[in-house]
Amino acid sequence: MFKWIHRFGSAPFVYRLAGALSPWVGMACLILLCAGIYIGLVVAPSDYEQGESYRIIYVHVPAAILSMFVYVVMAIASAIFLIWRLKLADVVAQASAPIGASFTFLALVTGSLWGKPMWGTWWIWDGRLTSELLLLFLYFGYMALRAAIEQPQSAARAAAVLAVVGVINIPIIHYSVEWWSTLHQPATISKMGESSMHPSMKRPLFMMIFGFQLLYAYVLLIRMRTGILQREARTSWVAQLPEVARD
Amino acid sequence: MTELANFFHMGGYAWYVWPSMAITFVVLLANVWFSKRQFKSVLRETATRSKALAQKHAQRRSNKTTEQSS
Amino acid sequence: MRCIFQREWSVAMRNPGQWVNPLLFFIVVVTLFPLGVGPSPQTLSTIAPGVLWVSALLAVLLSLGALFDADYSDGTLEQLALSGQSLPVIVLAKVLVHWLLSGMPLLLMSPVLGLLLNLPSQAIPVLMVSLLLGTLSLSLIGAIGAALTVGLNQAGVLLSLLVLPLSVPVLIFGSSAVAAAAGDFAASGQLLALLALLILALSLAPLMASLALRNGVSGGT
Repeated sequence: MFKWIHRFGSAPFVYRLAGALSPWVGMACLILLCAGIYIGLVVAPSDYEQGESYRIIYVHVPAAILSMFVYVVMAIASAIFLIWRLKLADVVAQASAPIGASFTFLALVTGSLWGKPMWGTWWIWDGRLTSELLLLFLYFGYMALRAAIEQPQSAARAAAVLAVVGVINIPIIHYSVEWWSTLHQPATISKMGESSMHPSMKRPLFMMIFGFQLLYAYVLLIRMRTGILQREARTSWVAQLPEVARD
Repeated sequence: MTELANFFHMGGYAWYVWPSMAITFVVLLANVWFSKRQFKSVLRETATRSKALAQKHAQRRSNKTTEQSS
Repeated sequence: MRCIFQREWSVAMRNPGQWVNPLLFFIVVVTLFPLGVGPSPQTLSTIAPGVLWVSALLAVLLSLGALFDADYSDGTLEQLALSGQSLPVIVLAKVLVHWLLSGMPLLLMSPVLGLLLNLPSQAIPVLMVSLLLGTLSLSLIGAIGAALTVGLNQAGVLLSLLVLPLSVPVLIFGSSAVAAAAGDFAASGQLLALLALLILALSLAPLMASLALRNGVSGGT
């Protein structure tokens, strides 16, 4: 079976599959995000403690969840690439990095915009925000290492090792930062009573999380097609593609 | 009308809620836009390269045939 | 293992800069803080654990940049990789030698710098133990970064970007151990956490670094 996966031939299959899937994924994502943000901003009731400001969770929490999720996907793909030398896994990892970094950035900015009315300052060294910041550095490191090594195959393997090392470290970093922040400010305000959220507030949140996931999938599909094209530019199947052969 | 104004007012948190939504919109859109643009440019590059390659092959082939005929 | 160790040791001893420079860097950086923050003993003793730890971290990581470079450029690394000896063991030996030459002097110098920063004297044993456990972990983590960036131009900045986020847990537990001891609290929890990190780094870092090195040596082939 691995022989089958190994075969060069799977690249054209994935390329075409991604092309066929991406419009549908994009459409579903658009619908879900629009519905989610409408229900979240208009229909859902306001929170009795935080007033209307809580509505930032509809973009903050999905971005934060996805920022971790994308890193895990990247690390798993990197491990697959290292173990079975599957080129497509590297395509997935490479395509994921900028998306994950942008979600991390988003989580930081919206977290800070939420922190201002909640804590009175734009930035607080709270456990979650700090580990999110470190995650952003990990993404930057991954992309910088990839950019620094000229030989593409060598860059791919080095970046894969880094992603695996990073994912082993993420839980350690997260817990140590969490421990550190409780040490320095015993009375941390929890940003949301996760368990106490009303179902009518939770539903749009889940829609937004799923919508963000679909957006990741959509952009990933496009980036994967780009990556495959770049890697296989000299092969005959690429030359025979209708969009390439056509003038 | 007041309902709409209330909605935009966001209970006094308009300055925090709306920028969050705006930046999210911008970042998500930029993700889609840049990846599409990159795909198109790589596609164009590949097309020109493969065409040049095909031309070179054709030329070589025709050169060979002329050599053989002469 | 022992002959690799001896070889590394004799090579390193020929180049005193390798162990003098990190030590000087450590001393100079620590000296800059009172000049930047002000000489008030109160302030200094509050920031001392963090300053000592951050400076030690930077000194270790900056000195690690060239860990594999000499062996890479003269081809020794390639031969070692092909020699059939286990590469993780070689990496471990190199890291240990490097630590003995750069981490150990920091450790021995730290009490003096602690006193300069007005660190309470009961915190000094904890400072030394935490540096012992912590700088070893940092050397191991840094070795991964050095292996990833081997043979690259301007590897130093890139190495810091890669390794600094990974070294955050060590920094947190190390400096908080010292801070706890300075405030007359027990620091055993933090020291145990540092020990756990060290064991984890000992078991994983040589493997990861050798994986990266093999890639760096084989280049694109």
